[in-house]
Amino acid sequence: MKQNVHKNFMELKFPSRSENEAFARVAVASFVSQLDPTMEELTDIKTVVSEAVTNAVIHGYENQEGMIYIRAEIDGSRISIQITDQGTGIMDVSEARQPLYTSKPELERSGMGFTIMENFMDEVTIHSKPGKGTTIYMVKFLKSHQQQKMAN
Amino acid sequence: MSLNLEMKHSRNVLVVRLNGELDHHTAEQVRYQIEDELGKDRYFHLVLNLKNLDFMDSSGLGMILGRYKKVSQLGGKMVLCSIQPSVYRLMEMSGLFKILPTFEDEQTAVSACGVAS
Ligand SMILES: Nc1ncnc2c1ncn2[C@@H]1O[C@H](COP(=O)(O)OP(=O)(O)OP(=O)(O)O)[C@@H](O)[C@H]1O
Ligand SMILES: [Mg+2]
Repeated sequence: MKQNVHKNFMELKFPSRSENEAFARVAVASFVSQLDPTMEELTDIKTVVSEAVTNAVIHGYENQEGMIYIRAEIDGSRISIQITDQGTGIMDVSEARQPLYTSKPELERSGMGFTIMENFMDEVTIHSKPGKGTTIYMVKFLKSHQQQKMAN
Repeated sequence: MSLNLEMKHSRNVLVVRLNGELDHHTAEQVRYQIEDELGKDRYFHLVLNLKNLDFMDSSGLGMILGRYKKVSQLGGKMVLCSIQPSVYRLMEMSGLFKILPTFEDEQTAVSACGVAS
């Protein structure tokens, strides 16, 4: 019997207030839990959503209020998450990706956000235009899910 | 989601227990509370007990490194203890353990500070 690949998606839109950081990571994690991820995979997803949303709040909108958009998609064992702001944008993306690079050291930032995203996800793409905004696109393949499918 | 902080002291060591989730939203409050307590000049060393810290991201790393700088500038020692696996993974990945010693439990962490003073 031919089985259809499980597909689903969700979208969120909320203002760039710091209290929404926890809401965003919990919402994406609970959407993803329909794939039965391991605790470790769920923590990875929560962490990267927290990183990207926090960046939108602190750097994108510099604590002014703007909107943050999230779209999460499930396609079999593949999860993709897109997080967009219409804030300041990034001048030099390859500099921003460097471990320990931060444009705001006075705020006790460690400059590890992008490095964490790259470590916890299989793909991280940054689209950014100064003055227009930033979109972070991340992909993760759930290992537990693949194994489960093969076992069935 | 929030963070709750318990403080106690053991001679010249300030012990801070963090319960909940440490992110950008909650880190600020933690920073102020610890700075406030350290400002009373009764303490020299800082132990962070992370037994009930369920989540942390780079904002937590920044807050921890910030406290480390303050404490070590004044000649004190800062150590961590009882770290949960998920938080441990993030810290290890970030190279935090190259700077901060970590211990199994609070008592060992407190005595480790004592030895150095
Ligand atoms: N959404 C964004 N809009 C504008 N600039 C951004 C955005 N996200 C990241 N940046 C820029 O990229 C830099 C690196 O981001 P990264 O998350 O790695 O470090 P950080 O946020 O400065 O520190 P940390 O994440 O460790 O607290 C930031 O300092 C900022 O200059
Ligand atoms: Mg960041």
